[in-house]
Amino acid sequence: MSGEQYVNRRADVEAAVKLGLTADEYAHICKIQGGEPTYVELAIYSLMWSEHCSYKHSRPILGRFPTSGPRILQGPGENAGIIDVGDGWAVAMKVESHNHPSAVEPFQGAATGVGGIVRDIFTMGARPCVSMDSLRFGELTEPRQRFLLDGVVGGIAHYGNCLGIPTIGGEIYFEPSYEGNCLVNAMSAGMIRTDGIVRAIASGVGNHVVLIGSKTGRDGIGGASVLASQEFDETLEEKRPSVQVGDPFTEKKLIEACLELIHRKLVVSMQDLGAAGLTSSSSEMSSKGFVGLDIHADRVPLREADMEPWEIMISESQERMLAIVTEQQIADVREVCERWDLDCTVIGAVTDSKMLRIWWHGERVADIPARRLADESPVIRTPSVKPDYIVDEPVAVDDAGYPPPNDLGAALTQLLAAPNIASKRWAFEQYDYIVQANTVQIPGGDAAVLRIKDSLRGIAFSNDCNGRHCYLDPYRGAKAAVAEAARNLACAGALPVAVTDCLNFGNPEKGEIYWQFEQAVEGIAEACEALDTPVVSGNVSFYNESFGQAIYPTPMIGMLGIYEDVSVHIDDAFKDEGDVIVLLGAEAAWVDGSEYQKIAYGKVEGRVPDVDLQLEVELQSKIRAAIEARLLRSAHDCAEGGLAVALAECCIASGSNGGAQFADPEAPRGGRSGRWLGADVALGSAAAVAGAAQRPDLALFGEAPSRVIVTVAAELLGPLDEVLGGLPHRVLGRVTGTDLRCTMGGKELFTVPVGELHSAYESLPERL
Amino acid sequence: MGHAPVRFGVVVFPGSNCDADAYHAVSTFPGAGAQYLWHKDTDLKDVQAVILPGGFSYGDYLRCGAIARFSPIMQSVIDFAHEGGLVMGICNGFQTLVEAGLLPGALIRNTGLKFVCRYVNLRVETTRTPFTSACETGEVLRIVVKHNEGNYTVDPETLARLQAADQIVLRYVDAAGERAEGANPNGALDDVAGVCNETRNVFGMMPHPENSVEAGLAGGADGRPLFQSIIDTVLRTAEVTS
Repeated sequence: MSGEQYVNRRADVEAAVKLGLTADEYAHICKIQGGEPTYVELAIYSLMWSEHCSYKHSRPILGRFPTSGPRILQGPGENAGIIDVGDGWAVAMKVESHNHPSAVEPFQGAATGVGGIVRDIFTMGARPCVSMDSLRFGELTEPRQRFLLDGVVGGIAHYGNCLGIPTIGGEIYFEPSYEGNCLVNAMSAGMIRTDGIVRAIASGVGNHVVLIGSKTGRDGIGGASVLASQEFDETLEEKRPSVQVGDPFTEKKLIEACLELIHRKLVVSMQDLGAAGLTSSSSEMSSKGFVGLDIHADRVPLREADMEPWEIMISESQERMLAIVTEQQIADVREVCERWDLDCTVIGAVTDSKMLRIWWHGERVADIPARRLADESPVIRTPSVKPDYIVDEPVAVDDAGYPPPNDLGAALTQLLAAPNIASKRWAFEQYDYIVQANTVQIPGGDAAVLRIKDSLRGIAFSNDCNGRHCYLDPYRGAKAAVAEAARNLACAGALPVAVTDCLNFGNPEKGEIYWQFEQAVEGIAEACEALDTPVVSGNVSFYNESFGQAIYPTPMIGMLGIYEDVSVHIDDAFKDEGDVIVLLGAEAAWVDGSEYQKIAYGKVEGRVPDVDLQLEVELQSKIRAAIEARLLRSAHDCAEGGLAVALAECCIASGSNGGAQFADPEAPRGGRSGRWLGADVALGSAAAVAGAAQRPDLALFGEAPSRVIVTVAAELLGPLDEVLGGLPHRVLGRVTGTDLRCTMGGKELFTVPVGELHSAYESLPERL
Repeated sequence: MGHAPVRFGVVVFPGSNCDADAYHAVSTFPGAGAQYLWHKDTDLKDVQAVILPGGFSYGDYLRCGAIARFSPIMQSVIDFAHEGGLVMGICNGFQTLVEAGLLPGALIRNTGLKFVCRYVNLRVETTRTPFTSACETGEVLRIVVKHNEGNYTVDPETLARLQAADQIVLRYVDAAGERAEGANPNGALDDVAGVCNETRNVFGMMPHPENSVEAGLAGGADGRPLFQSIIDTVLRTAEVTS
């Protein structure tokens, strides 16, 4: 078709509804356009006003987040948030969901999820230095779930390894609620000099608009923006063509070329092409810069010759960047791209019209006020409804509903083998976690730790979210996710400074889902305020439902921590015979929402405890003080599986040599001590454990926030006491022998050789 | 002392991703310095040793290292090797050396059919190479492997020749230095982790010593003796010729 035909063909309300817009939204578009829009215009509006691009349901609520602070150089609204980490260095970080593409085609869905988030980082001028992925699947007993897990992990490995970006950690959980809608949340961060930040703002009338990277094809038309704005039903398989295909080799070249362009200051600004492709990148760049952009769609290099202008504008072909370049520098930009064998095409210009204009062989096929496209996207607040399943009281544990186990040792090994707790070595070993030569702590511990080259400083990352807890109480669960992410950093000795979040929820048009969303945002906001960790970037993923069944609300928290001296960092492994084991925090535990409740009793019920943020802040600052004073030998957060599982994990980790955690599944070779270390611990009386009267199993496996197990050399117990001061803490026992032995009130609860604990903990591959 | 720093060249192919790590590793040695050698160039810039780094050269499309061997810089590296120059290939670099015919054998898919990133123990089988002269025979080095195609294979006659000529430089072993079930991460024939050519100036290994040169990092420092060997060799050669 010639351009003229596109100009003359106008789109009616029926066409708008087909593209997912409402009649009201269509009417508003007609008002902005001063009449019926062209098809190209309508296609652009439908994408920019989709849930995925416009955040129409979430925007009014997200304003609750704290987003600024003295270290925050860039908050939400850019490709990534940026945090000053000292010595002239800053970290750019962001997490993004790729749930629906991964549910349709796990390998490419996950791979392009990594590719997309990495582009967000280097677009700003930062060199990507770490990836972490939070994954959720249905139960592994289902063959399709094993297929999804295998594909997703393989896709992450394929793309991330090829880019040479270490994937250091992440988390994987399995719950039935994710069966029809897995979660793939890809997080990435990069290092940047504080004076080298580039923002995606077009400026300079007459400057060139340049497209760099891959050619444009029909792949992924409406991919993220359509897939991510709908629920799944029986048409799942038909959606496969909407999933993009990634080429990490081209992305690797793009990284090197774009960072060179930015460092040599050859570009005015840069923006990656993600969801909604050229449409979103061009409209965002022009609206932020208060300028117009003329885009000549017919100049875009194509993979398929007969593409129509609207297809070119919304294609989600991967590995493409848009740059604004001055006339003086265009030759240098071409030289860099040629050197890296990348296409580099001038497709338009910056204008003073403030209009986003799309041209097709000389005809103007779209003419949209850029600011209004961005600013006047609809806002929807669904009236929220508290779901019926929510209860206000914790479970009253009785022996009828919760018969006590006969063998507590067997209960412990059963928990260690539970997919949510068991070692994820099978997955992490498929990721290159050491490339770039900055990795201090490899996957498997509480946090990923990296050094900053030519500096004493370091950075650490954690990610956390217990979906079960968020289901039972989204406010408390989300608050706890922030607290736990920060606690994991504190256990490694890092100071938490910023958050990126990926808020995964069901269909926001439903009142119950909207209630979960509001509650979770409130919980995150309160915790981030208390812990002084502003939210600098993030992503909302709605419509995570299949056949009307929503996932557990899963507000994944990714957190950045910093070190002035990274050499103080510690891990969770017990180090030496005779070290004293101390429990910090309250000695209380609940069955509600615990892994023990799920595994031993097949239940998810009750109400999870609320995090005492004041206690949490004190706990974390004291752990950090103790680590900075080099008083602690190890520290480990008590999370899923409670105190007993945390102790077991410290014993199991002792057989490894820091990084060697995954060296050998069979035996603790090359370890610090050359063998596993056990422990002998005595729990307080059962009565002291809230909600667990006379139930040692709940004292062992019940869960509670704000608890950490540390070890200290016996002679340093006094100085540690001084640092801890009024913080509740109690000596539990000692590191000794090669068994984990637990007693309560002088009575033995269990003794299990660490080798047996290890076998259970490493048993995941047997079930794949 | 007073030597000029030993000059290493690190080849950069599109898709190389351990080039910066190799460069950095060399720079942790006071007596050495590195420069990059671009794949489209043919000038080796007068370097004294060449490192072909790890990564996914040209996307590893077709076959690992199969495209890289035809790059302009490789023609110069091949000439350099034939003249006795020291060439070390790490991971993808090893694959490229094999493709280029500078080393015998082939590197095929891991028996586990998955990418594997793991610490392995390597036994130094011979110190009679410019790459292991600073080691002790039987010494065990703990270094990370990370690859999809590290399964070394070669025909029986060539293997016998490699064994007889002491060309198997590194083998996968357990921490005690013994060959053992489970110590070999990829199914490599005869537990081969690294081999050299007949004239012993070209060496390829799958594990990544460039990620093991600093004790404070997870990778440890067991890769240092390999780089030290190259530096010592170059300095010795320079003394002899001067």
